Amino acid sequence: MKEFVEGSHAIAEIIKATQPGVISAYPITPQTHIVEDLAQMVANKELNSQFVNVESEHSAASVVLGGSAAGVRVYTATSSQGLFYMQEVVFNIAGMRLPVVMTCANRAISAPINIWNDQQDSISLRDAGWFQVYAEDNQEAVDFHLIAYRLAEDKRVMLPVMVCMDGFILTHGMETVDIPEQEKVNKFLPAYKPLYKLDTAEPISMGLLADPDYYMETRFAIQETMKESIGYLSGISKEFNAVFGRDYKDLLVEEYQTKDAEKVIVAMGSVCGTIKEVVDEQRAKGKKVGLLRIITYRPFPYARVYEALKNVPKVAVLDKAVSLGAYAPIAVEIKAAFYGKKKGPKVASSFVAGLGGRDITLESIHEVFRRLTVKEVNSDFIDLKPELLKEEYGE
Amino acid sequence: MENSPLFKSGHTACAGCGQAIAARLVIEAAGANTIVVNNTGCLEVFSTKYPDTAWGVPWIHSLFENSAAVASGVEAALIYLGKKNATNVIAQGGDGSTGDIGLQALSGMLERGHDILYVCYDNEAYMNTGVQRSGLTPFDTNTTTSPAGAQSSGNIRPKKPVPEICLAHGIPYVATASVGFPQDLSRKVKKAISIKGPKYIQIHASCPLGWRHESNQMLPVAKLAVETGLYPLFEYENGVLAGRKQIIPKPVEEYLKTQGRFKHLLNNPEEIKKIQEIADNNIKKYNLKLES
Ligand SMILES: Cc1ncc(C[n+]2csc(CCOP(=O)(O)OP(=O)(O)O)c2C)c(N)n1
Ligand code: SF4
Ligand SMILES: [Mg+2]
Repeated sequence: MKEFVEGSHAIAEIIKATQPGVISAYPITPQTHIVEDLAQMVANKELNSQFVNVESEHSAASVVLGGSAAGVRVYTATSSQGLFYMQEVVFNIAGMRLPVVMTCANRAISAPINIWNDQQDSISLRDAGWFQVYAEDNQEAVDFHLIAYRLAEDKRVMLPVMVCMDGFILTHGMETVDIPEQEKVNKFLPAYKPLYKLDTAEPISMGLLADPDYYMETRFAIQETMKESIGYLSGISKEFNAVFGRDYKDLLVEEYQTKDAEKVIVAMGSVCGTIKEVVDEQRAKGKKVGLLRIITYRPFPYARVYEALKNVPKVAVLDKAVSLGAYAPIAVEIKAAFYGKKKGPKVASSFVAGLGGRDITLESIHEVFRRLTVKEVNSDFIDLKPELLKEEYGE
Repeated sequence: MENSPLFKSGHTACAGCGQAIAARLVIEAAGANTIVVNNTGCLEVFSTKYPDTAWGVPWIHSLFENSAAVASGVEAALIYLGKKNATNVIAQGGDGSTGDIGLQALSGMLERGHDILYVCYDNEAYMNTGVQRSGLTPFDTNTTTSPAGAQSSGNIRPKKPVPEICLAHGIPYVATASVGFPQDLSRKVKKAISIKGPKYIQIHASCPLGWRHESNQMLPVAKLAVETGLYPLFEYENGVLAGRKQIIPKPVEEYLKTQGRFKHLLNNPEEIKKIQEIADNNIKKYNLKLES
């Protein structure tokens, strides 16, 4: 059913439709509206779920870990400091192969404290063993949660999924969203049947100590599953399309005007909407520009990126996060995708924009295209304010 | 030690480990219809080294400090599945994981009213990492991070009163127990299990390695802690003191001299006096003295 709703409400609606047995979360802006709505649904008896109000994100993640281990579908949502506070548990959930689904309402990291959007939070947890998918708009954010459960609970996978959506821009944005009907959801997402669980009828031990004789294989197994899952995604996407009529192709990347492009921006999340506008405008003027949108950031789709960009002479990678003291996070992956390969861009420049909620405007994107010249740049910041820099350095 | 189907022998604990005995007593008292959630620590390490497990009940370990929260999730899932009434949930961990780093998670579990028994195995230090002090290390104890020295007689603070902290949450059952009094321990676990809501039992569990006593002294040492008044055994039901183990108090020195961790005190009557005061206060507070 199409509704004009706030992103957070749309997420709460779709989570309701997935019928998690245990929900646990701790409030943090801009995630709050999602869990407030879910709490109200439980209070109204619209949703039969155990909503556990915890004293911290560490416990929120631990509660869903326990719920999942006991054999039920679970849900949590967080952001920024909250995600960092639960980091230990986030890694633990993946190591225990529990199909937890989490929303990350992307937000900047303190200090300085800042509640606005960038993607530093989830990107910093890229090595945790979670799938990470990034939504461009709220329709995708909704659909990706359904896909997330299908993927996580797939017996070939059994790994957690983080659905990332830009804080405020998406979570608080009003859009018309088609919220899937319950019967269709049930068709696409069957009731969760765990492979193994804590059950007194069949006692098992979970979370054992693995010494050097055993530890490495557990990590290797996750790595292999991640690699293989790249292939499973297109199958799940096909089934999704068959039920809901929305085609996300292989769910790895979106190629927008890349085929004959001479300049392509690579980016992730809601900023891609702005980039598409600029691409359209430039194309109308006959300029061969395009966008490669990364949808799945973990596992990283190196082969797809290579295919999409191998004939593009100049690529600009736009990161909404930094790895302080090193190349920007997405830029690193893009460069890696071409290392040692025959083909590839002559220039792969890297830009950082939109940190801490700094608006990425149409003009910011034009600026990226302008700075994408024969001279490669790395972690070039867009939209810095020179007057503030002067203050900072006392020049 | 005879074998138990719920907690098998053959684990890798030190000889004479009080925590191993206590853990077996707890799970035997709770029975097979129990799910156990364990913090990181000696018990977790010595009972579940892959591919072996000592546990004959469903058992899960996640992290050092989150058993109370993981157990909350397990309990919530059981309620959702309609299985809670048929299943006990126990969260457990050492004194460090319970009273220091996991205190917040424990407090959350108690405050939310989950039907879970939390068991703290109190060996009075971080043993698994090599005998560092915890908030539950007694006054004047020599540990690797509260060493005795020219200007130190060991740990400078008294034990953190975790049972009282739990009690302040208004939960229906709080008790202390000791591996030195196994029947009393089993009875308390059974009682706790029979009560709905959050329960807390803190078990004094001797540790030959960390306390530095012979491994065959596990029981007498634990008993002396109770008999001197240094480890009062009590039970609170619905906030009211419902029982305590009365003693004919022995001087604390008898307890202190059994363990290497207190050896530095033995020629220091001033410090022993301070420790005797702690025991005397306990004896008064809980009315422990048996009138002969
Ligand atoms: C977050 C975190 N900090 C520190 C540790 C290291 N650590 C593991 S077990 C342990 C000591 C456990 O002490 P206690 O809870 O008293 O249990 P015991 O081993 O004494 O039975 C410590 C410090 C850890 N695993 N995780
Ligand atoms: S160090 Fe202490 S608590 Fe740990 S196994 Fe040895 S005796 Fe038991
Ligand atoms: Mg300890």
